[in-house]
Amino acid sequence: MELAVVVVVGSDKPGIVAGISSELAKNNVNIVDISQTVLRGVFSMIMIVDISKSSVKIGQLRESLKNKGRELNVDVLLYHIDVFNYIERI
Amino acid sequence: MFSSEEITEVIKMLTEEDLDIRSVTLSMNVLDAIDRNEESSISRIMEKLDLVKRFSQVVDEVKEKYGISIITKRVATSPVQFFLEVNPSKEYAIKLGKAMDSLAIKGGIDYVGGFSAFADRGTSRSVSVYISSLSDVMNLTNKVAGVLSAGSTFSGINLSSVRGFVEQIFNMRPESSSRVAVMVNLPPDSPFVPSATHGLGMPDMQVNVAVSGPGVIESAIRKSHVNDVRELHDVIKRYAFKVTRLGELVGKEVSRLMGIPFGAVDLSLAPSPKTMDSVARVIEAMGVERVGGFGSLTALAILLDAVKKGGAMATSSVGGLSGAFIPVSEDSGMTEAAISGSLTFETLIMMSAVCNTGIDMVGISKDSDRSEVASLILDELSLGLSLNKSLGVRLVPIEGKPGSIVDLGGLLGKVVIMPLKGIHSTISSMDGFIPNFLKRLEFG
Repeated sequence: MELAVVVVVGSDKPGIVAGISSELAKNNVNIVDISQTVLRGVFSMIMIVDISKSSVKIGQLRESLKNKGRELNVDVLLYHIDVFNYIERI
Repeated sequence: MFSSEEITEVIKMLTEEDLDIRSVTLSMNVLDAIDRNEESSISRIMEKLDLVKRFSQVVDEVKEKYGISIITKRVATSPVQFFLEVNPSKEYAIKLGKAMDSLAIKGGIDYVGGFSAFADRGTSRSVSVYISSLSDVMNLTNKVAGVLSAGSTFSGINLSSVRGFVEQIFNMRPESSSRVAVMVNLPPDSPFVPSATHGLGMPDMQVNVAVSGPGVIESAIRKSHVNDVRELHDVIKRYAFKVTRLGELVGKEVSRLMGIPFGAVDLSLAPSPKTMDSVARVIEAMGVERVGGFGSLTALAILLDAVKKGGAMATSSVGGLSGAFIPVSEDSGMTEAAISGSLTFETLIMMSAVCNTGIDMVGISKDSDRSEVASLILDELSLGLSLNKSLGVRLVPIEGKPGSIVDLGGLLGKVVIMPLKGIHSTISSMDGFIPNFLKRLEFG
């Protein structure tokens, strides 16, 4: 498994989870974990995804998620799990 | 796995607090290109182009993989001095400078360091040519950087080399002078320009990394609301660890993909002209209204101690200058303080006692008395020898009076002419070298 973190932030509306999930599925990226909150109308979602079987390179995946985010009017970020492993763990 | 707080913290650092990798630097031995025949020497240097291109691609791949910002890609070559040893000619020095420039441009990298020489105790024939060529080389190139090592704890300080350096920078364009420095106790593995030079005793190639991070530290301090100074120290230490870890991650990955050793992470907090990325603002966040005020040194000393302790835990490969950078033009808070007059040369020298750069990116008037400028440099270098530290000076001579500003753009920022004292000083005009100080005897 090669994990990455997807973070989605924006104003809440129907279809955000579906839109981002389908974009991931389209690129053969599996969702390992997902947590989501809505606070005062602000939607935020953190997904841990497995990119080891991704049909595209991580840079392209990041771009396609960002584009999807633009359609949905939310910000989407994608970082490799190693960034968190290094910064948050000894 | 990770709590949402941890994930949010990392995302904030990367997106709001300007945490980035300042530079990934390929340090490489190019001494195999030394040849009395100029053409074959230059062509052997240019044979390194494929390697430089590959390095540039690898850094881009790592950037893409991790989604983090890597601001500059640099190459550090062996000191050009050794090329001039077999052929001490100024024309050849200029050709070498141009070849290095072309290596950078064609290789897709931002700077190539290594137009450097060692004159710690005396000026050898190669160094004499090197110094005389410095202004021409810098004025004729855009991406070449270099450092003159004018002293060390082992050797003392070579006065005539400092005078020669001063003469040269007065003949440079402002941007050209931003690519040269004069230093003592030059580290062999600095990822930063102009100090980056492939040092002696290094493997043929290695990857050195420079992190950024003042924005992260400032934000952590402001959010912490602590009153106990040890708690403040602890906050800085924890975040310095996190900042340095990013450097470790990138350095290891670039080195793995290149198949060459990982050299060093420079722990230095490196500012950029962006408001959120300033060492001065960190000092201000620690309670000093404006950098330069009393308390600045205390704040910087606490900051540096915490950065080093946190950073040392984050990497086993500490290198370069590993302090905090206080370049006046490249740090928006320092620039403002220089304009307001709260930051003076004395303040910078005082701050050098605890950080490892020195007087960096400060404008001086082209009308300045050169012996006073050389004496200013000597004050900084003498401090380096007295404290056994790496310290240096990077001055930018500009047409204008104190207070004038030249905007060099990009990472270089706005250079402010700071006033000298106007006190004539001939100590820099003396012959010989300053004897190595008592610190030398600590080595035996």
